[in-house]
Amino acid sequence: MKRRLLAVLGFGAGILAGSVVLRRSFGKRRDRVEVYFDDGSMISYVDGSPEADSLLQPARDALRAARQTSRQQ
Amino acid sequence: MDVQQALADLTEISSQIEAAVLFDADGSVQGSTLPDEAAAGALADGAARLLERADASRSDGTTVTQVEAALADGCVFVVREGERLIAATSVANPTVGLVFYDLKSCLRDSAPEPDAEKPKAKRPRKKAADDEA
Repeated sequence: MKRRLLAVLGFGAGILAGSVVLRRSFGKRRDRVEVYFDDGSMISYVDGSPEADSLLQPARDALRAARQTSRQQ
Repeated sequence: MDVQQALADLTEISSQIEAAVLFDADGSVQGSTLPDEAAAGALADGAARLLERADASRSDGTTVTQVEAALADGCVFVVREGERLIAATSVANPTVGLVFYDLKSCLRDSAPEPDAEKPKAKRPRKKAADDEA
């Protein structure tokens, strides 16, 4: 009985540890920009591409500007 | 509805939106939830540059209507309707569709009244004109 309980606990701990490792490895979301057009189409640019780099910089500037004032309040 | 009132309603309705600014295509700020004018201008400037670069990403004549930039610590949204634009910042991982809906509603609510509601010019009364003759 005790061995069985230990086995179940070990199995559960293993699954938990595995999910943490997987999340840390693959779960990190990358910065991205989604652009919607008047014809209904959408393009998504993920951080690392040349288009995303030029779009993410003004977005970061905008977020910084808004947050700086919020923190001063 | 007044621009400031529409923005106040926006931040009251949407808890995910942290700050918002309404501005024109020429960059002039119409109103903002930020207390600092310089910060409102900087937010509008960043949003305008984001939209300008997004416009340049395609050369087939289509126009960008809305942009979402998802960053690690928050998001930036820009919505355009004609010559009027709204930019907003939100917490990370917001409900994107809801934020866009609220921003569009704010843009429409704060739109200037149509010309049809202007008082009509009074026509001279015919009788008075006849009396003078």
